[in-house]
Amino acid sequence: MAKRIEVKDLDIYYDKFLAVQGVSMTIQPRSVTALIGPSGCGKSTFLRTLNRMHELVPNARVEGSVVMDDDDLYGPNVDPVNVRRQIGMVFQRANPFPTMSIYDNVAAGLKLNNKRLKKSDMDGLVERSLKSANLWEEVKDRLHKPGSGLSGGQQQRLCIARAIAVQPEVLLMDEPCSALDPISTQAIEDLMLELKENYTIVIVTHNMQQAARVSDTTGFFNLQGVGKPGELVEIDETTKIFSTPSQKATEDYISGRFG
Amino acid sequence: MSTSLTTPEQDPDLNAPLGGVSLTAGQLPRGAAPATLVAAGLAGLLLWLLADWAIVPCALLAAAAYVVIVYTWSRAVEGPRKATDRFVTAAVSGAFLLALLPLVSVIVTVVSRGVVRFDAEFFSYSMVGVSGEGGGIYHAMMGTLIITGLAALISVPIGMLTAIYLVEYGRGKLAKAITFFVDVMTGIPSIVAGLFAYALFVMIFGPGVRMGFAGAVALSVLMIPTVVRSTEEMLKLVPNELREASYALAVPKWRTIVKVVLPTALAGIATGVTLAIARVIGETAPLLVTAGLTDGDNFDPFEGRMTTLSVFSYYEYQSPGLFAEAAYDRAWGAALVLMIIVMVLNLVARAISKLFAPKTR
Repeated sequence: MAKRIEVKDLDIYYDKFLAVQGVSMTIQPRSVTALIGPSGCGKSTFLRTLNRMHELVPNARVEGSVVMDDDDLYGPNVDPVNVRRQIGMVFQRANPFPTMSIYDNVAAGLKLNNKRLKKSDMDGLVERSLKSANLWEEVKDRLHKPGSGLSGGQQQRLCIARAIAVQPEVLLMDEPCSALDPISTQAIEDLMLELKENYTIVIVTHNMQQAARVSDTTGFFNLQGVGKPGELVEIDETTKIFSTPSQKATEDYISGRFG
Repeated sequence: MSTSLTTPEQDPDLNAPLGGVSLTAGQLPRGAAPATLVAAGLAGLLLWLLADWAIVPCALLAAAAYVVIVYTWSRAVEGPRKATDRFVTAAVSGAFLLALLPLVSVIVTVVSRGVVRFDAEFFSYSMVGVSGEGGGIYHAMMGTLIITGLAALISVPIGMLTAIYLVEYGRGKLAKAITFFVDVMTGIPSIVAGLFAYALFVMIFGPGVRMGFAGAVALSVLMIPTVVRSTEEMLKLVPNELREASYALAVPKWRTIVKVVLPTALAGIATGVTLAIARVIGETAPLLVTAGLTDGDNFDPFEGRMTTLSVFSYYEYQSPGLFAEAAYDRAWGAALVLMIIVMVLNLVARAISKLFAPKTR
């Protein structure tokens, strides 16, 4: 498990509008890569190109290459469904399936794809996933109650459990804590540190302290001005970005002297 | 700021509650409005009983008196905003009562006249050989259920698939054209739908053809746009985040639709379908030309005439024959049965939406 992603000269378009320009970066396996930057600079857009969710928007497309180990994600004959099988995603707002129980939400990746497991194997998988999402103790007595009855922080952890139940190589997280209180945020940050033993994690965040706390590598996105495409300003080890960044713009942003 | 400790020059308005700044305001005494309403009502009643006026002008006069008194009183005591509030409250409640009037009147009339024939014979016999009193609507009840059931069987799959196409797949010209034609279909007069179905079946079976299935086709022409519209609205309500969550779990699009989107919207869709059925079950005109009328039992929708409750009711009133009273009673009875069926369908719709709605605990 855990694969390396190599992005080269990636241009991301919404129809004719160039949203993000010329991104090149290497995402290391078994580490947390944080993407920071002001609103509207294309962090989330970039994240969504990594598991081909970007193209769900009508007329959206990319140019350039994204290579995971040796597989080009945008090569001909690549089925986006197979890409997403290996690269899971957690969204900004917790989105458990409202018609399903907690148990079924965790098992959704398999059940929705009609993969049949023995009951005992499925139980084990659900328990393992919930345990790695630090949610098991809170929900083990109400597994067959609806997932939407949980609190916001619990729902988000349920979504993480759902994402890791299908055992992806890479986990993408799009501002997973932006709607959560500090305690739930802490739980999810602890979880990320545990998960990076086995997964490659990419997280988009607006919270620079969070990026500093959890990530090994940090990339700073910025945009030159209104209507101009966003771009990756620099990417380096987190300690370096937050102490001695090589670009002026990065320093301005992390020290709050932005704009 | 450094000057914050010294008392700044103060705006005189903020110092003392000069005229109109006070937090309290005049209020009508408790129960003033209801008391006025009762008084106005009594006055109207007196006019009706003693002065021998007609009931409608009395009611209108009482309502107008109430509005005028409460408005002027409130304006004098409470000020213009509260007075306007009371006026609009009265106007809205009045409009509501006015809208309720025909509904209540219809229910009272149909129940009181229809209940006359609620006996065992009415529900277990057809009209074969009946020319005077007696007779039943068994054949019409079965006809209604068969024809409406067939219409639902045709329209629900077509309507739901159309809606799924429009919401999940449709882009560009084709989707726009379909939306447009669905809108147009919503406005088709029901007799036109009937004539269309009749013409269609004449082309296949020759002139003079009458069968229950043709009636079902005519009804589905009316029903499909309603099903499309309601299903479409319900599918649009499903948050896009759920679709994305499903895609991110590597679930293909069609499975996402079948297993995530449809179950989430199921309660609303089921309600919409039930209401669409309720909407067409009372149609008369299209069935007059397609299914026709028969006195006896015919439960084969593909062969021969078939009676429905509304058509039965129409003919009993239209040509009552020698024993008119008996025929009228049958007509009202059939109308009451139809109304009960529609009410049951509405209750079923509510039960379904409760049953299928996503639960939170």
